[in-house]
Amino acid sequence: MEESKIKWQTLDTDVLIVGGGTAGCFAAYTLGKTGDVSVVIAEKANIKRSGCLAAGVNALNAYITKGHDPEFYVNYCLKDADGIARRDLLTTMSERLNHVTKELEDFGLVILKDENGEYVTRGPRNIKINGENIKPLLADAALAQPNVNVINHVNITDLMRKDGQVIGAYGFSVNEPIAYAIRAKAVFVATGGAAGLYRPNNPGFSRHKMWYPPFNTGAGYAMGIRAGAEMTTFEMRFIALRCKDTIAPTGTIAQGVGAPQVNAKGEKYEAKYGHTTSERLYGTVVENREGRGPCTLKTTGIGEAAEEDLYKAYLNMAPSQTLRWLESGRGPDGEDVEVEGTEPYIVGGHTASGYWVDAGRRTTLKGLYAGGDVAGGAPQKYVTGALAEGEIAAESILDDLKDLDLHAEDAAQRPDYDHWFADDDSGLMNTEQLEEAMQKIMDEYAGGITQGYQYNAARLEIAKNKIAELSELAKDLKVSDMDGLLRLYELLDRLTVCPVVIAHLGARKETRWHSFAENADYPEKDEAYACYINSIEKDGEIQIIKRALR
Amino acid sequence: MSIAIKQDKCIGCGRCVEACPGNLIKMNAKGKAEQRHPKDCWGCTACLKACPTGAVAFFLGADIGGRGATLSYKKQGDAVRWTVTRRDGTRETIGLDAKQANQY
Repeated sequence: MEESKIKWQTLDTDVLIVGGGTAGCFAAYTLGKTGDVSVVIAEKANIKRSGCLAAGVNALNAYITKGHDPEFYVNYCLKDADGIARRDLLTTMSERLNHVTKELEDFGLVILKDENGEYVTRGPRNIKINGENIKPLLADAALAQPNVNVINHVNITDLMRKDGQVIGAYGFSVNEPIAYAIRAKAVFVATGGAAGLYRPNNPGFSRHKMWYPPFNTGAGYAMGIRAGAEMTTFEMRFIALRCKDTIAPTGTIAQGVGAPQVNAKGEKYEAKYGHTTSERLYGTVVENREGRGPCTLKTTGIGEAAEEDLYKAYLNMAPSQTLRWLESGRGPDGEDVEVEGTEPYIVGGHTASGYWVDAGRRTTLKGLYAGGDVAGGAPQKYVTGALAEGEIAAESILDDLKDLDLHAEDAAQRPDYDHWFADDDSGLMNTEQLEEAMQKIMDEYAGGITQGYQYNAARLEIAKNKIAELSELAKDLKVSDMDGLLRLYELLDRLTVCPVVIAHLGARKETRWHSFAENADYPEKDEAYACYINSIEKDGEIQIIKRALR
Repeated sequence: MSIAIKQDKCIGCGRCVEACPGNLIKMNAKGKAEQRHPKDCWGCTACLKACPTGAVAFFLGADIGGRGATLSYKKQGDAVRWTVTRRDGTRETIGLDAKQANQY
């Protein structure tokens, strides 16, 4: 084993960006363009196709369309979250949505325009694009900056700290036996949110055919939780309403061809439940529970031309749906599209879970900034909101750098990656088994799919204890190569996030958002909970903090 | 959801290994690309787009409606061609223009 020991490399940079996805790439581009600073992006995969945008997107869903102002978007988000979102964060984000869209267009993104050169809208907040190559375009914009150094295939696991300040981060190569200690004056965490906490829709062969990238494992949350950063709104889980089985988007059908949601009796049921994101999902959950499923998007009769356009639209973002239609021989013109809710995710770009930040996207830890899905308080960011947050954080960092220095590393803090290795990794327990166990516990006791997303205090208590048992078991896991270490850390990160989710779900003793946080002990909304639920982990205990709305 | 890598078409360039956002593909002892964790594929098709020889095809697991068909990808300039090959060998190709926005 001695020769296969992991070798440490040290690196210094002004700014370290953890995760080269939407927010990370745009922050690097902004820093590269405007500042005379050195930047390192540490990315788990390769920034060309990593993160949420890997397959592409087919619309920009956060845009201030003609006749509207940023306030319109802010109010939409606040209403959708029933007040539990940060107006300051939403405002600073919304003010930049159109500016970052213009930047995307300048990078080469194709945006549909009318004869007057105006963007064609898909709704009051959405514009139509060809977003198949959106991620390579963003990656190229970051790579074109001479002072931006991208290190692909490095998984960052922990923050480097000194007296409560973040002074860098630790990680390892997912292929070579190399570990990294990267010192930085400022660290921008942009890893994305957490998928894979709950048992997914398709738990077997297609277990990773999910809405959110299965490779977004909550690493950014986990490193912050372990370092004592304050987190917010982890109880506002996101559950997407998707095409059944393929888990492809439904908005393209609903908004694109105007297909209504109907139950098995052919009744349009949406208006009965309301039109917020959670209500649209909840309606489908109730219709199914009460025996009126399956629920579908009524597409039959849309015509062959519309069908052909849908085939093309899905190839640019979710090719599985087009393949499904073509191989079954039944396209949307001939058969309605069944919809279902996904398993819950923790994601600050759709709902509001993540780091508690100030308007400059500074976290509660000095030297640490957060943006995109890992930052809380500002839901409905989508692509452009994540870009805006990357830019805001980059500007804050440029402002703050004069007061931030490189600090000496205390090598005793280094994670002990070596101790997970063994020549024989065939013990009774393995990473995959514990991941499956974790997802089952979260599903059954913390409001997953099989529970209709409901939970109560008694179930959450069981979830908490069982997840703690798994965390204990995980200490004995062994791996034989760097890929095994990656899978192990993905589990450890999820096991760090789960207890925070459970604690938050228990702390919000009301039901403000159906399905997203369906507390069966308290089925009604309670104005006593018109506040943020925040938390800090200290000495292994999760402390809940209620903060007044702002 | 997964991919199939045709070993006879693979030239061992490693571009799919580089592209996969999940680190799910590796080079095998014969210098060809091989899946490390077939059940962990997200279905993003980054590998299809990275492959210069069309060696990577995409398919749906039977649990999500797969019935033995594959989907392949080819791009020349702005012309993109996606081809579905069904179990019975019949094919259907959909052409896309990379410079054209979606209608929906």
